[in-house]
Amino acid sequence: MIAFWILAVLMIASAVFTVSARKPVYSVIGLLANFVCLAGMYLELQAEFLAVIQIVVYSGAILILFVFVIALLSSGVRPFDVGPDRAPRIVIPAAIIAALTLIAITATALRTPAALVRTPVGSTGDANAFGSVADFGVALFTTNLLPFEVTAFILMVAVIGVVLIAGDDDAVTGARRKPRRPGKRESIVKDTVAR
Amino acid sequence: MSVAPEYYVVLSAVLFSIGVVGVIARRNPLIMLMSIELLFNAANLALVTYARVWTNNAGHVFAFLVITVAAAEAAIGLAIVAVTFRRTPFVDVDEVSALRG
Repeated sequence: MIAFWILAVLMIASAVFTVSARKPVYSVIGLLANFVCLAGMYLELQAEFLAVIQIVVYSGAILILFVFVIALLSSGVRPFDVGPDRAPRIVIPAAIIAALTLIAITATALRTPAALVRTPVGSTGDANAFGSVADFGVALFTTNLLPFEVTAFILMVAVIGVVLIAGDDDAVTGARRKPRRPGKRESIVKDTVAR
Repeated sequence: MSVAPEYYVVLSAVLFSIGVVGVIARRNPLIMLMSIELLFNAANLALVTYARVWTNNAGHVFAFLVITVAAAEAAIGLAIVAVTFRRTPFVDVDEVSALRG
């Protein structure tokens, strides 16, 4: 009970910080706090494997990717983190849209059938309890094998897409670009114009 | 679950709303992407909550798939941001119109 409220307050605070931070690096820090708190929330909901995955994949991989891109872009000519925000011009409509979303989701959630199973199903950490790694693994590799394979396919497509988008063009097409000699082209153009 | 599941769902809705504000009101593409991650996580929290409510771990598998898709989305989105920034340095997504149809 207490853990829930602490985590909830921390999550909302870090989410607000993420959204309102001036620099992307600060946002990453806020997001990291949010993800760690969410992992705690997963533990509280008896989703052990997801809690670990949350830490490993989100905090470990995705956020590092963000940090790398920020570092990469910040090394350019212009500082990346300056720039105007749409606030306060659009913050009010955004807040209205968000409030409507909140009301809609909350109303729907509170309208769902109240016949909820709230019995404890094994304590967290038991070998075959609900949400344990064994439980999740059986569900993932037997009943949901096809979605798991599709996941692998999605990741492969994403990797190929990233290489195609961000990679060197020559590396993708296999063409070899001739080393450019500065001045050559200008002289050719000049010759052509002279003729 | 000592706390009623409604609290978790309402918390998820609050996080989702904060993410929506971030996507709409921020101009920095990286912060927009991070707000999208917030949206994914809010959805995941709701999924895991209902999985716990009905003690059915299909919700866990679904959340796992969402995490995977979020990873793919982050990778591709960041690649697009990096490439676009490499061509024309920008800090404002409104300046970028190369993908406009």
